[in-house]
Amino acid sequence: MSDPLFSKKHLKLLTDPLNSSNPITVQVLGICSALAVTAQLKPAVVMALSVMAVLAFANVIISLLRNTIPNRIRIIVQLVVIAALVILVDQVLKAYVYDVSKQLSVFVGLIITNCILMGRLEAFALGNRPWPSFLDGIGNGAGYSVILIIVGFFRELFGSGTLWGFRIIPESWYITHGGFYANNGMMILPPMALIVIGIIIWVQRMRNRKLIEE
Amino acid sequence: MKFVKNFFEKTEPLVQKGAKYHWLFSVHEGFFTLFFVSKDTSKSGTHIHDFIDLKRTMGMVVLALVPVILFGMYNVGFQHFKAIGELQSTGFFALFFYGLLKVLPVIAVSYIVGLGIEFVFAQKRGHGIHEGFLVSGILIPMVMPIETPLWMIGVATAFAVIIGKEVFGGTGMNIWNPALIARAFLFFAYPAQMSGNSVWVALSGSDKVVDAFTGATPMAEAAAGNTNFSIADAFFGFIPGSIGETSTLAILIGAVVLIITGIGSWKIMVSTVAGGAVMGIILNIFAVNAYMELPFWQHLIIGGFAFGAVFMATDPVSGAQTETGKWIYGFLIGLLAILIRVINPAYPEGMMLAILLMNTFVPLIDYYVVQSNIKKRLKRVKTSA
Repeated sequence: MSDPLFSKKHLKLLTDPLNSSNPITVQVLGICSALAVTAQLKPAVVMALSVMAVLAFANVIISLLRNTIPNRIRIIVQLVVIAALVILVDQVLKAYVYDVSKQLSVFVGLIITNCILMGRLEAFALGNRPWPSFLDGIGNGAGYSVILIIVGFFRELFGSGTLWGFRIIPESWYITHGGFYANNGMMILPPMALIVIGIIIWVQRMRNRKLIEE
Repeated sequence: MKFVKNFFEKTEPLVQKGAKYHWLFSVHEGFFTLFFVSKDTSKSGTHIHDFIDLKRTMGMVVLALVPVILFGMYNVGFQHFKAIGELQSTGFFALFFYGLLKVLPVIAVSYIVGLGIEFVFAQKRGHGIHEGFLVSGILIPMVMPIETPLWMIGVATAFAVIIGKEVFGGTGMNIWNPALIARAFLFFAYPAQMSGNSVWVALSGSDKVVDAFTGATPMAEAAAGNTNFSIADAFFGFIPGSIGETSTLAILIGAVVLIITGIGSWKIMVSTVAGGAVMGIILNIFAVNAYMELPFWQHLIIGGFAFGAVFMATDPVSGAQTETGKWIYGFLIGLLAILIRVINPAYPEGMMLAILLMNTFVPLIDYYVVQSNIKKRLKRVKTSA
């Protein structure tokens, strides 16, 4: 152990994925689930936590096994580890937040195919010790979560007028109740999620000019 | 004109780089070229220019739209007083002014929001104000139902200008027609305010409608199986519909202006109508319900078909550039528009979707037209050598 637990280098593993190497907006990984589960805030948060948990523990397990995995079959080993963790998460969700689990339906299972997972295992966990791998998993999971929560926030607010299921835009504003307002049906549809992510990427690159490719 | 020129010359130093109002530079330039020929000369590249610049082109399209706009205003009043049963007792000017007061706010919102965003982007990116929005700004109100709330028009315009145009690099870079982006956005975001039977005729809450009033467009009636609308009304435009789309006659006048001045491509217009007619005939042959039996030429005068063919499909930016490509592009628009309109009950009008879809395919069509031309000429070189 050369570095202390929370050295500068280790903290960077946590903070980098939030901005300059964000898995969604910079590496453009894991887009499908970001479009599919963000129509409301609650499933988005549950999904984000699930991915974070799977990613952190898969990273740790692969990192522990990294010197014993034969190079040729490493993808299969990674998949087995991820699949096992996803099944665990799925069972936990079913036990404690059954309604959200029903809402997420196949997308929990589809965490297995989330590119962020394979990407981090291949790029990081196979070449690093367990503790940095754990931090890397948490960091990338957090980067993924931030985007999901932002997208879910705007989609639920403008698409349904609620946040976390609570009404934010008063009923009396709606045209159906004699007001002037109507929910934006586009926000419920996945294409608008893609546009919202596009706008996030735009804003991020305006603030962080280093990310603009020539 | 002297005092206008003096005004611009006096204000010019104030908007130069480093001066007090430097952020107004492109606004100043934009309005100057509205009145006078630009003083700037080319510094590199092409030195010979056509005298028809972007501003004149766009001005001509707006001119071609004037009959459509005026008739649209009149028809708004006509439909309103017809619905409340006071058509006989109301004069021509009362009808027109009612429509004018209803349509002007829509046009104002579209221009203020759209030009506002254009100005902001022009200042931020340091380029001149492009005239592209002059046309989009009037096309957007023309394709809206009269009862669409103004804030929705504002949101849709903002969406169209930012997501439809500025993210691609501004005027001349957009893939899709911005006015149709605005309409498509509203169509999917607020379907209750964009379709159905209650949005096409202007009515306030206290109005009492006559018994026979339904508010449905002839197209909605036809889709429901009732295909005996008045052909003359549909052609002259005395039917409910989006503000500018109802009168085929007014649109034809605009088409003549566009074709004579060479600004709109007659190839696209003709091939679009041909595509629509072919699909109409095919549907006539295999008709299994009343809507499919609708004579093919009647499709061309109801709904947004004529308006789309003349003013939307011919957009020089999002339309096909190659001459052969224009035939293919237009023909497929007509074909798809009628197909979507008749076969898919979820979308009452297919023109918007057909044009947006074909806009997407334009680069592909143009690419293959150019490639095939290159191949043909290479062959000729080989055989002659």
